[in-house]
Amino acid sequence: MSATAAPVPKRRVDAPLQAPWPEQGLLEVFRHRYILTLLVRREIAARYQGSVLGLVWSYVNPLSQFFIYYFVMGILFGRAQRTEAFAIHVFAGLIIVHFFIETMNAGTRSIVRNKSLVQKMAVPREMFPVASMLVSLFHVVPQLMILLVATVISGWQPDPVGMVFAGLGLLISMTLGTALALMFSAANVFLRDVSNAVNVLSNFVRFGVPMVYPYTLVALRFRGHTTLYLLNPMTEAVLSFQRAFWVGATSDPAHTATADMPPHLFWLSIRALLMCVLILVVAQRMFTRLERRIPERLL
Amino acid sequence: MSDNRSIVVRHVSKTFTLRYHRTLKQMSVAVMRQQELTDSFLAVDDVSFTIRQGESIGLMGLNGSGKSTLLKMINGIMRPDSGKVLTRGRVAGLIATGAGFHAQLTGRDNVYLNAAILGMSEAETRRKFDDIVEFADIGKFLDSPVGHYSSGMFARLGFAVAIHVDADIFLADEVLAVGDRPFKRKCLAKMQEIRDSGTTLFYVSHAAGSVRKMCDRVLVLEKGRLTFDGPVDKGIAFLHYDDDEENALDTEEELDEEMGADI
Repeated sequence: MSATAAPVPKRRVDAPLQAPWPEQGLLEVFRHRYILTLLVRREIAARYQGSVLGLVWSYVNPLSQFFIYYFVMGILFGRAQRTEAFAIHVFAGLIIVHFFIETMNAGTRSIVRNKSLVQKMAVPREMFPVASMLVSLFHVVPQLMILLVATVISGWQPDPVGMVFAGLGLLISMTLGTALALMFSAANVFLRDVSNAVNVLSNFVRFGVPMVYPYTLVALRFRGHTTLYLLNPMTEAVLSFQRAFWVGATSDPAHTATADMPPHLFWLSIRALLMCVLILVVAQRMFTRLERRIPERLL
Repeated sequence: MSDNRSIVVRHVSKTFTLRYHRTLKQMSVAVMRQQELTDSFLAVDDVSFTIRQGESIGLMGLNGSGKSTLLKMINGIMRPDSGKVLTRGRVAGLIATGAGFHAQLTGRDNVYLNAAILGMSEAETRRKFDDIVEFADIGKFLDSPVGHYSSGMFARLGFAVAIHVDADIFLADEVLAVGDRPFKRKCLAKMQEIRDSGTTLFYVSHAAGSVRKMCDRVLVLEKGRLTFDGPVDKGIAFLHYDDDEENALDTEEELDEEMGADI
């Protein structure tokens, strides 16, 4: 029992008496926008501090992948002869795939890597995977610039329908990437194996989408049974992005849009987006459940 | 009757699970040898107390008695397994200096980051930036990467940010352990200032001398249970209760001086 007399409060606090832990959830993350931007900036700055080439390295990885794919699949396998503007086809897909895989991998490790912050900072913990996604998004911009240079040279012109598709493609990748980053980042705290499993998953993503091969190949080989292939939201994301940038770079865009793309691509993409939103809701639920135990498991 | 309660802790308990074996191989070996796989550890055991706005509380106890865990729950980092914790207003926790300090970023960037972590908006940080830098007294190192700082500079910068947060509740966890005498003197003077402005002070320390100076009420934790809650002199006497008769209060000052904690 306290034996001291109550001190006269010199300070009047106009706030309710409530639990000190912040509300969690993705919506709360947007409420803490300022810290989020600082985290993203810190991540980006820290990645290139002390390195001479700095930001250049974030291009080297995707560009080297692109050259390898183009040489092996395009020239060695001869796909470049059978698919028009194959380089653009590959690179447009690569931007989306690379963004998604980066988000997934960095996001999975985000909470464990920021161990010291998580244990000292009372913020919604969704912030860390979201920050990973935003950092990957930051790197999409310069890659997009390169793509635009290539497409404009090939005779591409921006069209409103294409831009809608580009937006859809990005949105699907962002949503699914964040959802998986949420789930995996929390799971990774309890089972460090998750980050290894995600690495393996990344390989499936690289080849499960029509990036290094055109969709027409799948349509031909699995005629009538493409439903499963098209159920993968990343397929739609890649196809949408190609619809936006690759189709216009071919000699007959109107023909390519119908012949080389699956029918009703727009509605397929909308469906994919809705699926991803659903997955995000599930991921948020799962994160909330696991979040309670994260601080002590990070020790 | 106005309610000036600042911190309310009601029947709070927290258990940690100690995992002895992590990999599948280790676990199967342990099962075959009939060893325990996990054990639970009750860090905080049914602790209750109420603190009013403006009080300054010292939290004392041996290492491992649950002080840091309790502090983390008040700070909002961990949640209790049972019971409830309530706070009023902005809580600034100096759980460990340099939280979020990124070694590659400059001191300047880290000040903004740390301030944001402690709840300050960008405008507020900009306003107080000069005061913070002056308090930290690290000179031209402000614009060089934090990785180059000595541990003292590190502590000074972290403390400088936290002390300027203008919080309603200020939590300090053994932060003065790092730092030389002039620094400790400065910090304690500043904490006194904060205390005088009506902020609730929650101070964790082993140094009885500084607790006596800073606080008017003491809470003692022993193995997770709250065993004492009362005036500071009685509290410190309670702590030395188990000591030999010879090691009475008159050697307390000597002990503190050895540890450099006599300020």
